[in-house]
Amino acid sequence: MLVLILRRLAYAAPIALGVSLVCFSLVYLAPGDPLQAVMPADVTPDMVEMIRHEYGFDKPIPVQYALWLWRAVQGDFGLSIGSRRPVIVDVLGSLQNTLLLTSFAVPIAFVIGYTLGAIAGCFPGRWLDRTVTGFAVMGVSVPNYWLGIVMVIAFAVELSWLPATGMGPRGSDAFSIFSLGDLRYLVMPVFTLSMVPVGIIARSTRAAVAEIRGQDFVITLRAKGLSETAVIRHVLKNALPQVLAVMGLQFGYLMGGSILIETVFTWPGSGFLLAKAIINRDIPVLQGAILLLSLVFVATNLVVDLLQSAIDPRIRRA
Amino acid sequence: MQIQPLPDDDLDPRDRGGQAQPLLIVEGLRKFFRVKTQDGKPAAVKAVDDISFTVFKGETLGVVGESGCGKSTLARLLMHLIEPDYGTLIFDGEAVDSPDGITVDTLRQQLQMVFQDSYSSLNPRMPVRDSVAFGPLVHGKTREQARAVAKDMLTKVGLNPDLFGPRYPHELSGGQKQRVNIARALAISPRMVILDEAVSALDKSVEAQVLNLLRQLKRSFSLTYLFISHDLNVVQYISDRVLVMYLGRVVELGPVEDIFSRPKHPYTQALLGSRSSMDPARRLEEPPITGDPPSPIDPPSGCRFRTRCPYAEAVCAAEMPELSTWRDRESHVTACHMQNSASGHSLADVMGRA
Amino acid sequence: MAHTLAVTTPTDLEPDVLPANVVRGYWQSVAYRLRHDPVTLFFGMVILLIILAAIFAPWIAPYDPYKESVIARLKPFGWRGHLIGTDELGRDLLTRIIYGGRISLFMGLAPVAVATVVGGALGILAGFGGRRVNTVIMRTMDVFYAFPSVLLAVAISGAMGGGIANGMIALSMVFTPALCRISETATAQVRNLDFIEAARASGAGTFTILRFHVLGNVLGPIFIYASSLVSVSILLASGLSFLGLGVKPPEPDWGLMLSTLRQSIYVNPWICAMPGAAIFITSICFNLVSDGIRAAMDVRM
Repeated sequence: MLVLILRRLAYAAPIALGVSLVCFSLVYLAPGDPLQAVMPADVTPDMVEMIRHEYGFDKPIPVQYALWLWRAVQGDFGLSIGSRRPVIVDVLGSLQNTLLLTSFAVPIAFVIGYTLGAIAGCFPGRWLDRTVTGFAVMGVSVPNYWLGIVMVIAFAVELSWLPATGMGPRGSDAFSIFSLGDLRYLVMPVFTLSMVPVGIIARSTRAAVAEIRGQDFVITLRAKGLSETAVIRHVLKNALPQVLAVMGLQFGYLMGGSILIETVFTWPGSGFLLAKAIINRDIPVLQGAILLLSLVFVATNLVVDLLQSAIDPRIRRA
Repeated sequence: MQIQPLPDDDLDPRDRGGQAQPLLIVEGLRKFFRVKTQDGKPAAVKAVDDISFTVFKGETLGVVGESGCGKSTLARLLMHLIEPDYGTLIFDGEAVDSPDGITVDTLRQQLQMVFQDSYSSLNPRMPVRDSVAFGPLVHGKTREQARAVAKDMLTKVGLNPDLFGPRYPHELSGGQKQRVNIARALAISPRMVILDEAVSALDKSVEAQVLNLLRQLKRSFSLTYLFISHDLNVVQYISDRVLVMYLGRVVELGPVEDIFSRPKHPYTQALLGSRSSMDPARRLEEPPITGDPPSPIDPPSGCRFRTRCPYAEAVCAAEMPELSTWRDRESHVTACHMQNSASGHSLADVMGRA
Repeated sequence: MAHTLAVTTPTDLEPDVLPANVVRGYWQSVAYRLRHDPVTLFFGMVILLIILAAIFAPWIAPYDPYKESVIARLKPFGWRGHLIGTDELGRDLLTRIIYGGRISLFMGLAPVAVATVVGGALGILAGFGGRRVNTVIMRTMDVFYAFPSVLLAVAISGAMGGGIANGMIALSMVFTPALCRISETATAQVRNLDFIEAARASGAGTFTILRFHVLGNVLGPIFIYASSLVSVSILLASGLSFLGLGVKPPEPDWGLMLSTLRQSIYVNPWICAMPGAAIFITSICFNLVSDGIRAAMDVRM
């Protein structure tokens, strides 16, 4: 197992390095002088020259990358042009809020998706299956930012049941998941965010269940005289690792992909921070947030991979 | 000395050395595949290890051996589909892939191959007539000419070109697919064809039909065959001479009657003994050889068969027996210490004289 | 040892497996299955209608998409001949949605097309080239694969500064790695099959083999996957516009319209949801058609 962990780490490390290289090069994708992109607009030319020298922008690009990476490893992504705070402070703070959303959305999506998928997989071709499949297609096809707006229109504007946006009057720092009043702010963002994973998890569960139901050991179970419920229990247990892996990946996707939802609900998470950074052309924040979010994604994939091989010995050997 | 002119109908314009010149001479052919063992150390699979033999014009040389003994690697080496590590191929007196010989491309115009797996040996997205026409097209024929060749070839292998030509491989049976494969190999009119387990995947009845087709085609196109199979009955039926392989080496080579009636090498004897007999009275009580062959990554020292050989002695572990020298088509040679009176094997005198 | 094999003449064929008149190639059989799939046909027709409406927008749309009106802002459904109302500048919403299909569909299809060509070619190169070529291409793709797609699209177009062209580049870069993987896997599977060796044995060069024997066998999986990306591309492209990274106003685009109308949800809520509904319907149609294509094409032969 240790060998496996090391091998997977050895595979993930160069990818993480490549990810950092892509993030670094974002500055050079921006039109104009890269230094201009990372500096507030009102600095004097002398300041620009000073920082150009101090941050090593006058050095060759590989050296610049090494310097940038070295600072990034230490948590230094420079100052945010918008807030003038260190980028890392802003990014980590917002990352927490995104984590709050996803850690509610993913389990909910799993429960709903797995249940629906299991039902569909047990009755392939029947109307129940068709209904679930249709619902799953809608889940993966819906623009979730639009769904969020529709929810706001229905439950905030028309019915006034739920607050439309934000994290509550006391702000994100005082937000508590144990306060019923605060939780009301979570309902719509979490539901909207879980729509796509519900569709994806339901689809993969259905496929897994349908496939396992056709395998020989299920026939053996039936031949043994097991009741249909017991057979289904076996099938569902066998489908679980596959679906858990899909769920893990969805967690990573949502962490990085919540930008639109957070914009709709003005949820002060990492995605919202990114959206603001784009509007303000705040490249240091853009760089830092994207690097951290994609590293979270790489790490999630790694963990899912390792967990899966811990559960399923067949993968370990491969 | 005067060269005897051959009868016109036997004379292939591409024939260079005459009947006496062997069509293919293989010398010291070797191919090791680099692999990694389970603990990550580099190792070499000795798939083909120092093989030499000769294929005479117009004959069928059968190659037998257990699966994994390097038969298919040998076929691919001969076609230059994989590069040999060492060794020389001489095709009709000309060294292949050498500055003063012929190129691989020239070789492939005269040497063709029929593959084992009729499922994957035809492009599933191509009508079979196009698969057959592909070779001639590559060799510079026009589309119409290539189609005409394909039509002709399909007829020759017993398939109605109008009926079967436009079909896709999945619409053909195994035997029909193998006929198409034969047609494809023959479409660029080679002089020699390598048949790598060409009938092994077929039903017995279909196998017999295809074997007879091969014999008939050999006659009408004056072909030379290298016939690779693990099926001894089939090899006995079709071959003039037989080469027996074990773990990448030649252990015995000789005319088919000699090999089948008087096998010299213990491995050949065991192989023949393991054939299921039609006669219940001759049913075997014990298997003649047991176990799987050793790994070709780390073959036994000395004679590779010694770990399964009932006669193995110290000399067999110490020295690798060499194939005794042969002279002509009638030579029956083997690589076994028991056949060499100078080897020091205790049975050498008894067996060697027999 | 007497040995006899049943002797028959070579022309004695084993029983024919198929009626002679049913000779069908792969693509013909795919078309046959699609013709008999009413769901896919129906949603395919809907897509066709949306595309035709976008192309012939000037002849179909009831109003001028840029004509503003101070008195007609955010009017409800059916107000004075505006079937689904007007937007925040008094422009006819239906007209703008019909016109908006032009950019939205283009942004759905073009990046997928670019990624199919680039990713497909890279994948074939990686699958058929040597080990070193494969490592360089595939490890590079792995890096881009390590970004969640939304994030990568936002990062690239955000850094480059938005706009249609940058959005297209960003989305193409998002889809290329996935298509490259599909294409590499398919190529690697095909390259080990005997018919490739047989083609080499016939004396064909690498390029000829690629053209005649590899391409036909890998296009299927590539196309299946690419078709499933169209809907994703539409969602992502509209998402970029929604974030202000796509089209600039006053051009009509579904994502951008949704974003600007969002400010007015307290004035006339359901009007604001309309552009999003257009995205949803289009995306669902492409998804269902893609499912149909997959079902029709995903058969082993």
